[in-house]
Amino acid sequence: MRLEARSVTLIRAGRVIFSDLSFVVESGNALIVSGPNGAGKSSLLRALADLLPAAQGSFVCAAAADARRAEICHYIGHADALKNALTVTENLEFWSALLLQDGSGREGGWPVDAALARFGLAHAANLPAAYLSAGQRRRAALARLLVAPRPLWLLDEPLTALDAASQAVLGEVMQAHLAGGGSIVAATHAPLGLAPAQQLALGPRL
Amino acid sequence: MKAKPRPSPLAALLARELRLARRLGGGASLGLVFFLILVTLVPFAVGPDPKLLARIGPAVLWIAALLASLLGLDRLFQADAEDGSLDLFQLSAVPLELVVVLKCAAHWLTAGLPLVVAAPVFGLMLGLEPAALFGVAASLLAGTPALHALGAIGAALTVGLRRGGLLMAILILPLAVPVLIFGVAAAAAAAGGPVPFRTPFLILCALSLFALAGAPFAAAAALRQMNE
Repeated sequence: MRLEARSVTLIRAGRVIFSDLSFVVESGNALIVSGPNGAGKSSLLRALADLLPAAQGSFVCAAAADARRAEICHYIGHADALKNALTVTENLEFWSALLLQDGSGREGGWPVDAALARFGLAHAANLPAAYLSAGQRRRAALARLLVAPRPLWLLDEPLTALDAASQAVLGEVMQAHLAGGGSIVAATHAPLGLAPAQQLALGPRL
Repeated sequence: MKAKPRPSPLAALLARELRLARRLGGGASLGLVFFLILVTLVPFAVGPDPKLLARIGPAVLWIAALLASLLGLDRLFQADAEDGSLDLFQLSAVPLELVVVLKCAAHWLTAGLPLVVAAPVFGLMLGLEPAALFGVAASLLAGTPALHALGAIGAALTVGLRRGGLLMAILILPLAVPVLIFGVAAAAAAAGGPVPFRTPFLILCALSLFALAGAPFAAAAALRQMNE
């Protein structure tokens, strides 16, 4: 799949966040979005996920001709979408059922317990999500990436709250996703160590 | 470990909502207690006149049910908006309208249906005739889905507001007036009146169907609007 931004302008609450932004992300490539706080990194990711409308320009996604663009991407934002009253496994089983497309033939995500084990959460699988630490919540959210295979990963500060070992695991998972022909757009301040990766620096907002 | 077949997205969503309602508690039981207290307050206010209470009983039960069903609705979408679930709903192949329908259905099963079941019991406290008890239960069964569907619009419109509950009630209560009129009319007709029970009851059913058909689109549009 190939993702292309064609001179996109984003406006929120009457303020231009960025204008005339263009880039291409090829299959198997990562795009690292950097920039100071408030530069519009999160807004760009939300726009890519179709959660924000672009004021001008458009995103073109070659693989999404048959599906909505939202349905081929994973979005890991600041909120982790975990329900405190449900166990980690119940949370993840729900999202895997909801995010897996039925009937499109794209079956075969990881089983929930395997995805949790990959992120080192096997011991916490049956705990209510309320008992997890910030880093564990983040890892449970990241496990969503594995249970429902989708070609485009939109990661907003994926390293937040992760310890060194988990950061390494996430690095391996992301590298495997790229090797499998997937794409990643990540907003981050810390280097992710992904290859091949392009950089996109968003300017400061005046 | 377990090699369960993957549930369909819709079944998974309904199961999650019911499970959350059960684990969090509050919703259904608090609504019932609120309903009970409202019904209990009326005899204190109007005085212990059995004839008068039996005459206004259906109306009292309906107003109490209306207020009780608004009670838990303000959190219908707010919790999902706060923890990011609402974003993910929009990334799934399930249309947001269908998500609204299922969340409403789950909420009605856990908060609306108990009111319908309890209404005849509470009606006894107001000295209602058996025919009127049946009328109240039947009209609530037909009418509460409309209240919940309308409430979903209000909940979606106020999802971004910190204290949206009161605003939601102000937005929704005027819209609930037709449901209230025909609900009480049906309940009163069942107790014996010039109008046959069927006439207001069928209009009430029509109102419910109308609300169920339109509200998911309105609520989903309001939720999408929140993105901007």
